[in-house]
Order: sequence, then structure tokens, then C-alpha cells
Amino acid sequence: MNRTLERLAPFAFGGIALSLWQGGVWVLGVPSYVLPSPIDIAKAYLDDYAILNQALLSTLTVTLAALLAATLIGVALAVAMAASRLFRAAIQPWAVILQVTPIVAIAPLIIIWVNQPFIALVVCATIVAFFPILSNTAAGLAATPPELLDLFRLNGATRWQILFLLSLPSALPNFLTGLRISGTLALVGAVVAEFVAGSGGFASGLAYRIIEASYRLEIPRMFAALFLLGISGIVIYTALGLLESLLLRKRNAA
Amino acid sequence: MFSIRSVSKTYPNATIALQNISADIAHGEFVALLGPSGCGKSTLLRLLAGLEAPSKGAIEWDNAQRPGPGDIGFVFQDATLLPWADAADNVYLPLRLRGERRANAAGRIQAALAQVELTEFAHARPKALSGGMKMRVSIARALVSDPQLLLMDEPFAALDEFTRHRLQDDLHALWLRSGKTIVFVTHSIYEAAYLASRILIMSPRPGCIAADIRAAIPEGGNRRTSPEYANLVAQITETFRRIMPA
Ligand SMILES: Nc1ncnc2c1ncn2[C@@H]1O[C@H](COP(=O)(O)OP(=O)(O)O)[C@@H](O)[C@H]1O
Ligand SMILES: [Mg+2]
Repeated sequence: MNRTLERLAPFAFGGIALSLWQGGVWVLGVPSYVLPSPIDIAKAYLDDYAILNQALLSTLTVTLAALLAATLIGVALAVAMAASRLFRAAIQPWAVILQVTPIVAIAPLIIIWVNQPFIALVVCATIVAFFPILSNTAAGLAATPPELLDLFRLNGATRWQILFLLSLPSALPNFLTGLRISGTLALVGAVVAEFVAGSGGFASGLAYRIIEASYRLEIPRMFAALFLLGISGIVIYTALGLLESLLLRKRNAA
Repeated sequence: MFSIRSVSKTYPNATIALQNISADIAHGEFVALLGPSGCGKSTLLRLLAGLEAPSKGAIEWDNAQRPGPGDIGFVFQDATLLPWADAADNVYLPLRLRGERRANAAGRIQAALAQVELTEFAHARPKALSGGMKMRVSIARALVSDPQLLLMDEPFAALDEFTRHRLQDDLHALWLRSGKTIVFVTHSIYEAAYLASRILIMSPRPGCIAADIRAAIPEGGNRRTSPEYANLVAQITETFRRIMPA
């Protein structure tokens, strides 16, 4: 009973908020170029769903490609950092610098350097997304139980056996936490990169449709694109959460 | 089985954990290393396992045969099982690390689980097992390669009294029927007296062997209530009082 209520709570809250929004716009007579009502937004979406869905697909493709790249790079760097203190010392500050540099500042450069636009977008989104995977996986690898390491050594385990049979499985929960954060960051990164690329004339993705709509003062269409973005974020976050409980089910249950 | 010859261990941070330890351990002995926390018991056990090297001195093995992988079973204070693997797979681990196929190992895994009476729990994951059962799995894992030497570092210290008694009974019976050499670290006088055939009392700062007591509690009957057991506990307690003044 309580669980069902908990599941329904976000939908109920969303429904109430949308109704208040709709009611407020009606009662106060706010013009739709200032604040469109939810119904205006839905209409704008239905008028233009082919183009908006196309844009969504393009943004999601960049997001998923970036998440994949971030996973490969993040895990590989974390493993290398766990294996060699020298490598860790050399890489760690640069990873942090890359993490704190605002992507809007370097996106124009990347878009100039990488002249294939799709790849440029993926590179930008990867830079935004890889750090949580790197730092969480590295923390997980470092926390491999020392007694188990001893047990492996006592039985003559090779480095690779320690990595694949012990360290990586031990770090799996941390990796999945990082992946979940990186998933939404990849979406943010993709959209920011599209904004930069879009203002340079590269027409693709939801961000470009948002810019376009704002230039033309098609505010309901702009909101429709924003809604798609928000829903995508929730779907990505939830899907990665499901993946997490699926992969950890074995060790958490009997 | 092996001789500890004037072994000292100083850690890189200058802690002197062991100073000039010597002892001869014969095949088939059940040796309890007994002493307060911090006196170097774990360090000595790790030296025997080859997980650390002595700073001075050496451990000499009979016939100069250093034990290789699988010749030593090690049991830690915590069960330290792989949480994602079931009991059978945890027991399989030492064999797997040495490249044995699961199908070939199945018989030995079953036998090891049977020795600790966990046959029905072969497919249970650690989360589903009680503390005592996890420790049994850990012991089965140490037994699966049929090592001649079993090293145990306070394996029962975290268990409740009832479970501890049960596991002590089982371990003593296992020692009687298998004839394995066991070195068992404990800080419990009662545990040492009940289990071991020989008790090495260690004193701290720096760790050294302060007394070497042979136990002779007759087998059969209730050993816990036998007068020999009570005498042994008294003898150990007295020894501690002598070597560790206030
Ligand atoms: N890896 C280590 N580095 C530095 N000092 C250590 C290390 N391991 C143990 N010691 C120190 O060595 C002494 C003996 O420790 P230990 O062998 O664990 O004792 P026990 O098992 O009897 O409690 C303690 O003072 C402890 O702090
Ligand atoms: Mg200890």
C-alpha cells in the first residue's frame, strides 16, 4: 500500500503542478509567448512532433555514445590508476582540471578541432560525463578488501585474476553509482555542446530546436523541447537505476 | 613441520612487531598462539603464510619444502567471502585461482562443504547465511585444497558464545580425524586451552614467546567440564600473571 503510494507520488505531484499551472495561466490570462499553458505546449508538440522527435533521437544518440565512451575511458583510467601509483599521480590532477573546466569554454575549440560534428558533440559530452565513473570506480578498486587480496595472493593469483575475479567485481556497486550520475551528465553535456554547435550553425538535437524556437519566439515549442529533455533525463536515470538493482540483485539476495 | 628461527619483524614505520621468536612446530600439532591484542600474533601468522617476509631470521620448512599455493589454508577473523558468489563458488575459489576446472573440482567442493555440514547451503549467497555459517564456508574454502597446514587468525572471535562453542567442537574433531597441523591465533585463554595440543603464550612490546605449554586434556567425554581443562586454564592464567605484571 505504502509502496504503491510512493510510486504514484511523483505522478500525482506532477499532475497537480500541471493543473495549477494550467489554471493559473487561464485565470491570469498570461499570453503564451510569456508562459504557455501545458495544453499549448502539448499542441506545439503535436504540431511538430516529427522534427522534435528527430531532434530528441539525435540528442539521445550523442548522450548514449558519450556515456559508452565515458564508461570505457573512466574504467580504463581507474584500473590503470589502481595498478600504478605513478600513473595515478600523473593523471589525477589533469582529470580534475578537465572536470572543473566549464564545457562551454572548451566546446568551441573542440568543435573547431574535430571537424566531424557528431564526434565533436560526443567528445564534449564525454568530457562532462566521465569523471563520476572514474572517481567512483577508482574508489571502489581502492577499497578491495585487503584480506581477500591476501587470500588471492596466497593461492598464487595473477594480476589479471585479481583484477577480474576480485577488484572489478568489488568495485561494481561504486561503478554503477558513478554510471548513474554520469548518465544524466552525458545528457547535460550533449545539450550544452549542441547549444555551442547550434549557435555556430550546426543544426541538430534538441538544443538547436530550443535556440531556433527562441529566435522565432515560438515559446510553446521551446517548452515542448524542454519537456522532452526533462523526460529523457528521468528515463536515463531510472533505467540506470534498474540496471543497478538488476546487476546487484545476486549479491543482495539469497 | 617447520622451525621458526630467531625471527624478528619490524614494519617500515619502525614498529617492532616481533623480536627474536623461535619455535619448532611438529607435524600434526594444534598450536594456539595466545596473547593480548597487538603482541604480534597476526604478524607471525602472516610470516608463516609467506604474506610478509621476516626482517631477521628465517622460517625453515622440513625437507626444505616451502609450501606453495594450496599447501596452506588461511582463515581470517572475518569470513571474507565474495558477496556475489554462492557458498560452493566461494569454496571453489582457491582451486579456480590455480586453474582447475569447475567440473573437475565439484567433488572436492562438495566434500569440503560436507566437512563443515553445509551441504544443503551450497547455493546460498553470503547475505543469506548467519555469521557462523559464513565462517564455516570460510573454513571449507581453506580445506578444499587439502592443505597440510591450516593458519587461523581469531576465526571465532566475532561469533556469539553458542556458535563459537559449536565451531570449536567441530574444529577440534576435524583436527583429530584429519591430522592436519593447525596454528590458531586467539586472545581467549579458554579457547586456547580447549582447542590446542600446545599453547605458545606471547607477550607484547616487542612480541616474543613467553611460555610454551603442552596440553593434555583426555579426548572423549565433555572436555569443557573436565578437571584437566580447568587445570590448564588455571595454569595459563597463572603464567600470564607472572609474565605480565599489571
Ligand atoms: N602493516 C603494518 N604496518 C605497521 N605496523 C603494523 C602493521 N601490522 C601490524 N602492525 C603493528 O604491529 C604490532 C603487532 O600487530 P599484530 O600482529 O596485528 O598483533 P595481534 O594480531 O597480536 O593483535 C601492533 O603494534 C601493530 O600496530
Ligand atoms: Mg591480530
